[in-house]
Amino acid sequence: MKEEFKIIANSIQKNKSILDVGCGDGELMKFIYKNISKKIRGLELSKDNVQKCIQKGLTVIEGNAEMDLEQFPSNSFDYVILSQTLQAFLNPEKVIGDLLRIGKTSIVTIPNFGFWKVRLNLLFKGTMPVTKTLPNEWYNTPNLHMCSIKDFVNFCNNRNINLFKSLALKNNKVSSINKFNLNFKNLMSELGIFLIEK
Amino acid sequence: MDEFNKIKKIIIKKPLKLDCGITIKDYPLAYETYGELNQNKDNAILVFHALTGDQFASGKNPVTNKDGWWSYVIGPNRALDTNKYFVMCANVIGGCMGSYGPSSFDDKSGKKIGINFPVITINDMVNAQFNLLNYFNIDKLFCVTGGSMGGMQVLQFVANYPNKSKIAIPIACSASHSAQNIAFNELGRQAIMADENWKNGNYELENISPAKGLSVARMAAHITYLSKKGLQEKFGRKLQERDKIKFGFDADFQIESYLRYQGSIFVDRFDANSYLYITRAMDYFDISKNYNGELSKVFKNTKTKFFIISFTSDWLYPTAENREIVIALNAINADVGFLEIKSDKGHDSFLLEVPDFLKSLKNFIDNSYRK
Repeated sequence: MKEEFKIIANSIQKNKSILDVGCGDGELMKFIYKNISKKIRGLELSKDNVQKCIQKGLTVIEGNAEMDLEQFPSNSFDYVILSQTLQAFLNPEKVIGDLLRIGKTSIVTIPNFGFWKVRLNLLFKGTMPVTKTLPNEWYNTPNLHMCSIKDFVNFCNNRNINLFKSLALKNNKVSSINKFNLNFKNLMSELGIFLIEK
Repeated sequence: MDEFNKIKKIIIKKPLKLDCGITIKDYPLAYETYGELNQNKDNAILVFHALTGDQFASGKNPVTNKDGWWSYVIGPNRALDTNKYFVMCANVIGGCMGSYGPSSFDDKSGKKIGINFPVITINDMVNAQFNLLNYFNIDKLFCVTGGSMGGMQVLQFVANYPNKSKIAIPIACSASHSAQNIAFNELGRQAIMADENWKNGNYELENISPAKGLSVARMAAHITYLSKKGLQEKFGRKLQERDKIKFGFDADFQIESYLRYQGSIFVDRFDANSYLYITRAMDYFDISKNYNGELSKVFKNTKTKFFIISFTSDWLYPTAENREIVIALNAINADVGFLEIKSDKGHDSFLLEVPDFLKSLKNFIDNSYRK
């Protein structure tokens, strides 16, 4: 399993209720279901992925997070997970608002656009960055709103969102992000993992 | 007729107060079962049939000699695997395959009940079928499922008996019959009533039947079960056994011939008054009516796990209407999954060999049983 998923799973307490938004083929959900909590449900856009989740015995709703999160009642889950999907939304701000409303804690991960390889790509090659975590070309990327770790931290600070845990991931190594190393982590990390609350 | 008399029936002694106010008792409920009930009695599935279905959901229907209406779904190793599960299906009251309906005989007069049959509802149908649990001594079902009107019965079942089934799979249905669907049903009823042989519903007394009207009703309804794309691909403008149009009102086009055929075979197996009563029951279906229109409240306290399925090309019970049920269940944090299956076979998709549908149904059922 991906290192990112292990970190997310480790952040969740036993037997709590979880909503995995954009749960993909259910890999993370299945791990959590087996090891941490049976009270887990998913929301997924792709029919193929929903089928795969059903095959794994997972409860998943086919739907679009931007339209369908509205229907979930406030504070209905202990955790809401959003793994590397935020940048693909038309309105990420609204989605974050829904996550905070639905979950007591939200776990958001983002591919970091501030990573040095991404920066160098644009600086030297003069083309839109293509890296391991951002594998698509500019013309076929699903990503509409890329941001860096620093952008996300600023976003939370500006809105008084309680960002109580920030982790950085590089080559499967985890480290903490704080206000003193933020610029450095923003340069050196491929992925940011954030636990936020209202 | 011999085969008709061999249909399995239980006589329900327990009085049932219908929504219209009339109480019925000692009435027959015709049923069929597939597979074996296990010792723990935890493998029972109750299947609800749609408007023109009956209890013969799988295998050969002995009366019509046709395959059961859900043969693709029920059988060994199929989604409703009869090697594992005990599948029950009953003819709804109001129907014409042995259960209490307009073509039943009235004990007092010895004549068919016909139009004197009370107006029934989906709620009445479900309450009548609940007696199957007592009959088979089943405390809790593993699953209730059905498509179209069968799906409505699934919703009603869970609403009436919140903890009597572990899982519920309503397919291609709605929580409230739409104006468009009422309109199509009214079209069918008017076609039957416009047939001079209908005789205000008393055609049985004269040993005739409003076959033309019922046939037209079926033709109109049949169109609503298909999709525009499906029709276009299957028939297009193809001509029926001719090279060019004949400048007349014969069935020039294959689609005309197909619809006429569908109408003609339907009248052999279905009673016109049953068609009136059952379509009326569908029209009256509005499950949240007693809850100020709040669908969530209907399912409050339910422990049942739901899986809702719709089809992309179904315009009779479109995805949006199925989704309303999902939204309502989400709002009360019920355990609900949802999938829209890609199919161009229209509303009929739930009856046909649609691999994605059959696969997800099987996966969901088997996974839920294991847990």
